[in-house]
Amino acid sequence: MLLTITYTGENASDLGYLLFKNPNRPQTFELNHGKAYVFYPEISAERTTAALLLDINPIDLARGKEGATSGGLFEYVNDRPYVSSSFMSTAISRVYGTAMTGRADAHQALSDSPLELSATITMMPCRGEQGKLNSVFEPLGYDVKYETFVSDENFPQWGESKYVNLTISGKVRLRDLLKHIYVLIPVFDRHKHYWVGADEVDKLLRIGEDWLPNHPERTYITGRYLNRRKSLVSIAFERLTETDTTSSDILSETEEKEAVKNLNTQRLNSVIATLKNCGAKKIIDLGCGEGRLIKQLVKDRQFTQITGVDVSHVALKRANERLKLERASESMLERVNLFQGSLTYKDARFNGFDAACVIEVIEHLDIPRLVAFERMLFEFAKPPVVVLTTPNREYNTNYANLHEDDVRHSDHRFEWTRAEFQNWANKTADKFGYKVKFSDIGEASEIHGAPTQMGVFTLCV
Amino acid sequence: MRIEIPELAVVALVGVSGSGKSTFANKYFKPTEVLSSDYFRALVSDDENNQLVTAQAFDALYYIAQKRLELGNLAVIDATNVQKEARANLLKLAKQQDCHAVAIVLNVPENICKERNEARTDRNFSGKVIYRQGEQLRRSIKRLQKEGFRYVYVLKSEDDIANVEIIRKPLWNNKKDVTGAFDIIGDIHGCYDELCALLEKLGYVNGVHPDGRRVVFLGDLCDRGTKNVEVLRLVMDMVQAGNAYCVAGNHDAKLFKKLKGSNVTLTHGLDITVEQVYNQSEEFINETKKFLDGLVSHYVFDSGKLVVSHAGIIEKYQGRASGRVRDFCLYGDTTGETDEYGLPVRLPWANDYRGRATVVYGHTPCPDVQIVNNTFCIDTGCVFGGKLTALRYPEKNIMQVDALAQYCVPAKPIALSINDDMLNIDDVLGQKYLNTALRKSIKINSENSAAALEIMSRFAADPHWLIYLPPTMSPCETGKLAHYLEYPSEAFDYYKNKGIAKVICQQKHMGSRGVIVLCKDRETAEKRFKINDGSFGIIYTRTGRQFFDDAKKETALLVHLQNLLYASGFWDAFSTDWLCLDCEIMPWSAKAQKLLEEQYAPVGCAGKHGISAAIDAISKSMEQLGENALLSELQERYQGRADAISRYTTAYRGYCWDVKHLDDYKIAPFHIMATEGNTWFGESHAWHMETIAKYMTDSIFIATSNLIVDLHDANSITTGIKWWEELTTFGSEGMVVKPYDFIAKKGMELLQPAMKCRGKEYLRIIYGAEYAYGENLERLKKRSLTKKRSMALSEFALGVESLERFVRNEPLYRVHECVFGVLAMESEPVDPRL
Repeated sequence: MLLTITYTGENASDLGYLLFKNPNRPQTFELNHGKAYVFYPEISAERTTAALLLDINPIDLARGKEGATSGGLFEYVNDRPYVSSSFMSTAISRVYGTAMTGRADAHQALSDSPLELSATITMMPCRGEQGKLNSVFEPLGYDVKYETFVSDENFPQWGESKYVNLTISGKVRLRDLLKHIYVLIPVFDRHKHYWVGADEVDKLLRIGEDWLPNHPERTYITGRYLNRRKSLVSIAFERLTETDTTSSDILSETEEKEAVKNLNTQRLNSVIATLKNCGAKKIIDLGCGEGRLIKQLVKDRQFTQITGVDVSHVALKRANERLKLERASESMLERVNLFQGSLTYKDARFNGFDAACVIEVIEHLDIPRLVAFERMLFEFAKPPVVVLTTPNREYNTNYANLHEDDVRHSDHRFEWTRAEFQNWANKTADKFGYKVKFSDIGEASEIHGAPTQMGVFTLCV
Repeated sequence: MRIEIPELAVVALVGVSGSGKSTFANKYFKPTEVLSSDYFRALVSDDENNQLVTAQAFDALYYIAQKRLELGNLAVIDATNVQKEARANLLKLAKQQDCHAVAIVLNVPENICKERNEARTDRNFSGKVIYRQGEQLRRSIKRLQKEGFRYVYVLKSEDDIANVEIIRKPLWNNKKDVTGAFDIIGDIHGCYDELCALLEKLGYVNGVHPDGRRVVFLGDLCDRGTKNVEVLRLVMDMVQAGNAYCVAGNHDAKLFKKLKGSNVTLTHGLDITVEQVYNQSEEFINETKKFLDGLVSHYVFDSGKLVVSHAGIIEKYQGRASGRVRDFCLYGDTTGETDEYGLPVRLPWANDYRGRATVVYGHTPCPDVQIVNNTFCIDTGCVFGGKLTALRYPEKNIMQVDALAQYCVPAKPIALSINDDMLNIDDVLGQKYLNTALRKSIKINSENSAAALEIMSRFAADPHWLIYLPPTMSPCETGKLAHYLEYPSEAFDYYKNKGIAKVICQQKHMGSRGVIVLCKDRETAEKRFKINDGSFGIIYTRTGRQFFDDAKKETALLVHLQNLLYASGFWDAFSTDWLCLDCEIMPWSAKAQKLLEEQYAPVGCAGKHGISAAIDAISKSMEQLGENALLSELQERYQGRADAISRYTTAYRGYCWDVKHLDDYKIAPFHIMATEGNTWFGESHAWHMETIAKYMTDSIFIATSNLIVDLHDANSITTGIKWWEELTTFGSEGMVVKPYDFIAKKGMELLQPAMKCRGKEYLRIIYGAEYAYGENLERLKKRSLTKKRSMALSEFALGVESLERFVRNEPLYRVHECVFGVLAMESEPVDPRL
């Protein structure tokens, strides 16, 4: 919305020369999504302030520009017109572009020297910890102050908003101040109005050339600037660390995910080992998701027919890509196929398999729907073997970030203790003429068991 | 020569090349009935004489023939058919499609065929070929009947061929032109006294009904009971007199075998019957033999809407004739296995029945009539001491008499089999055309079904509860008046132009849509909705999702409503034990908390502080520079924006309050959708408003203010507009304008059932704080309502249909397909702000 830059010092009104904007003449600039204005709320020899005011058209955001054929990217009810976001960065480069290069013609000496500058960014969205404002700006030589706001004073229980009025002040060159703001607004906001592509890496490295490589928060800044697009982040890192020694900091960030990854692998291995042991050839993976299990099954010649079912066509599309089915040979297509199906509807296409896998799926069903699921699988499809896994709730206490009664995934409708799972599985097996055996997956603790529990159902003949 | 062929059959023309088959076919059959091998050769290879593509041509021909037969259409195969192998394929096809095969042989002297072939320039068959075909033909003629052709006609000369009359005969089972009414009676098994009592109860006097109703006997007349001869006598007389129909049961078939002299074991009560029958006159025995021999496997009545057979029948077999069809009708869906009692295992075919026809059958004794997916099993085990049952058609009422005694002990206990209604994926997936009473053939695209499947499977409540999903509602035309996007006169004009004289305006509450299905008690939930988890009601959203995440809140509200309905006498007044209500549930913040915290409040907060900072900067700059055109303009503009954002915040705040107690919820029911045996679409909206006000208002359930407007009275219209202006000034969302009658039409055209007209301030929540500012409004006025309107109509029709079906006790899948259809249509991308 608004960015003000204040210069305090001798002949402070020279700020106008550095910015290439005449303090006595307010100006208008046309932008892609609206207009920008530059005017001076303070003009004196001691202290001069330039304001850059953005006027984003909300209807343009929602509908696309006047006369555009396709719609806009944003909702009508949107904070973008009122905040300082990536639109502000774009405006800075458009309006203060020359100043950013440091060119100042007759005032080059002033431009080249650090000045007493301060900048206030109004309503900057700050997603995540506000403490980062200090750790990001302070190493660049700024004193950091910010004001926060409640979301709605009539409803204090809704909490603080994510916006801050941020003021940074320090002795810096104007061009550096502008570059810092340009890069760091989108770092704190994270919503960008443009697609973050490979050219953003170049831009980041160019503008951050002087200060980013040695910034203690460079991992954070790079990751957030590039919207955490993994491949882009690693490209940026490779290039950043050419002169540096190690990229260990990016690894530490992903360390926490390592454990989850391991569990996934262990789970798939257990399932595959079970399928191999029972000699099953034709496998149906109910709730195959993006096809992780299928991808492993395909490698093994024992499995002659592999079918994946999921209710989400987005997941199926990804599985299709993962398995490269678009360009698979005919013999591959005879062996592997995917289709959309539901776990609560009877489906003749589920018949005739040696084994069905239901891996980390039932916890995504509401408990009352399990009745339909049981009948669909055990009464109608009736495969000789069913391999079923689900989280063990007791184990959750080992996850530091889970509170009591929390579930591991926001879509989990329930997570069962071992007793609850075994009780359900035994009852179901009994009802439909199956026998069931249980085992643990993942590293088991003595009291709480393993993270995942598995039941293998075998049809009694 | 008279050639009689069944109306549905595979007709094989048999004759050598040049015998005149095509000419014959063209003369006596419709061009589309004839499938000529030459034509198919041309279709696949551009050359009708190309013998190299015979295999492919016949593949295609058989495929088309199969489709025709599946659809119940005759297929005439114009090919030489002189080889046994070729004919075998046709016989196989007939068998697969459960219809007869007919052979018409054109046995024309070979020299004539030769001449004809020689006269053709496009075909050079040598004499040898004709001669060889002639040889094959002569050998074939005698064998045709034995091969399996039910009817064989041999035309021996040109003369014969020229003077043929083709008679198409309906199948024995085809009684489509007989509409009823019927009284369909289940397995009698010699229970003569009970039969007489039942006939009397049904109003028959000496086997005749004064209203001309007719009885349909479902077979198994004899065995196990004591008065088999009497039953046979009565049934034969009634059938003879044209007052009854009778289909064959397995016991009847076995008795016939015995009477015909075959060696059968006299078990399952046949011994009694045989002894009694053999005590009768020779004449009676012969008459019985003839009667039993003539019993057909099933009947198709009333334009195909009713099918009866002894042991049931799947849709594919209805109106067909084959050995396996007959076996199915007599014995049910058997696998050859026997159970622990030594009785044949019968598969529950009715669970998968999706046919249009009502099927009434017996055969399997049950404690009471079993209704599954439009099928009725009415064998209630009279001979085992149960009841003798009649189903009246078309009324579908049940009439019963108790057995006077237990004449026989069942080999296995008569158990209640589960009334199975597991939904099948084919009920919903793929492209569908749904027929509703209000709109014919509503198309559901397969990609929309696919999207709905995910929502339905992952988020929706148990389909047994989901008997209705509310339709979307269109706004009125975009207002012509400056400063308004929506204005009441547009809604009034729509209805007036469609010939509606009177509309009702209802205050539009700003909350979240909720459908309440509530039973009087758990037993009703179990019996009527087949809900067995102990719940007795549900509140769900417009997408079928449980409204409350917190089950305790839901239960508390439902109990509250239950008590309210008891206290107001609703249950008795409506003689019902359940109810479906369409409501708005407030506050908005109860459901939209996340939206408010993440979107609405932040926008207000950012707007307020952002704009005030801007105004501050502008003012300071003006102090510095003095008079400046650009700055003055900016100042005015930003003051306008400040006003807009503050109005926006006021607008959403009105719909938010904390919910600490149950009483903090406000629920406004606006339609009473259905109760046992009734939907309430026939009543006007005024009736709905009054009834709701009378029976269900208290501290939580609130009535909706409303106003009736006479569209031919300018004053009344002005009053309506004023009413809306007042409502919207005092923070109401706006109003909904509905035709006075629930279902309104102009001629054949179904009209919009409701149209919303939202207030100026409320629309800030939809289109943003500054929607009405400057040139913004003019841009927003460019919006298209066509798609929204069409969806609103289809969804309304589907919603009405699903409730009608539920009230008529139709099977779950029939209700579910409509509900699923609404959800599928809602997945279509339409501007959500409309």
